Amino acid sequence: MVYASLIFEFLKIGVFSIGGGLATLPFLYDLADKYDWFTRETLIDMIAVSESTPGPIGLNMATYAGYAAGGVPGGVAATLSLITPSFFFIILIVKILDKFKENKLVKSAFYGIRPAVTALIASAAIEILRIALFRTQDFIDTKNLSDILKYGNVALFIIIFYLIRKLGGHPVFYICGAAVFGYLLNL
Amino acid sequence: MREIAEIFAVFFKIGAVTFGGGYTVLPLMQKDIALDRKWASNEEIIDYYAISQSMPGIICVNMSMLIGYRRKKIPGLLAAGLGVSVPSLIIILMAAMFLKNFLYLDSVQHAFNGIKVAVAVLICEAVLNMWKSGVKDWAGRLIFAVTLAIFACVEISPAYTVVAGALAGILIMRRSA
Repeated sequence: MVYASLIFEFLKIGVFSIGGGLATLPFLYDLADKYDWFTRETLIDMIAVSESTPGPIGLNMATYAGYAAGGVPGGVAATLSLITPSFFFIILIVKILDKFKENKLVKSAFYGIRPAVTALIASAAIEILRIALFRTQDFIDTKNLSDILKYGNVALFIIIFYLIRKLGGHPVFYICGAAVFGYLLNL
Repeated sequence: MREIAEIFAVFFKIGAVTFGGGYTVLPLMQKDIALDRKWASNEEIIDYYAISQSMPGIICVNMSMLIGYRRKKIPGLLAAGLGVSVPSLIIILMAAMFLKNFLYLDSVQHAFNGIKVAVAVLICEAVLNMWKSGVKDWAGRLIFAVTLAIFACVEISPAYTVVAGALAGILIMRRSA
């Protein structure tokens, strides 16, 4: 019965995968070896689709893997099983946090965590900037400094940055606008 | 009941427009949760992110459930968790059934290139916001710089960063007390 094993396997992933993004990937490789649901090659396709469609990658991959194993019900079963452990962990963690909220130790811990997490996201931001604005490989190939920037993307970056600072507004608006511009200008 | 529906709707929207990994949800949370609805402060959003990425599960789902639970206990938790997950279900099932080749079209790739740039701007904005609400003195700037340097040099699990940051915070507060 494919659904029972799907539910069991994705509950397991929900309990053991820490760190988000592609943290579920090693588990999916394991599933590819263990069952005949999908192959390691199809997983690469799944990553591409999951990264280029809306939604958190981890959820997208689970839905896709579940679909590959058991059609639409498989996709639903995999996703719901993946998020079920979080339900219990969250309730437990909030109970513990509330108990120690005024504790000095917990307060100073969060005081130190905030800059560390900010640095974590900053390093992710640097990586995204590299991918979005620079063509590192072309530069390495040609050694020509004028090849290093994606000029269209840099221009769009500056425009969006200016508009968002000046006008504010909802991120969705800028995401959709950027998609239209990318399409129209062949970015 | 109306508020449960609103929680579901807000997180549904967030789930539908997140692109990529856990942190891409931060600009949306800062806008929809902190700025527009005041369901949490910017500082709390950072704390929730730290907790969510150091515990098992999908970061974005954990964060949503935390905020939902804080709002309306278990019904809020369920509404937020399902709200943020359902868009993935719908979009991926459709993509897997009908759109697989559509994604490889040139014009679609160009649109995604534009989206990548917008996401880059949004993440930079999120970092600036986090800096304002989370890094307040020399000790904070030091922790920030050291963490960034370590991340540039070696590949370690982000969970360790949270543990190290917590220890640094405890040590610094103890010395200054």
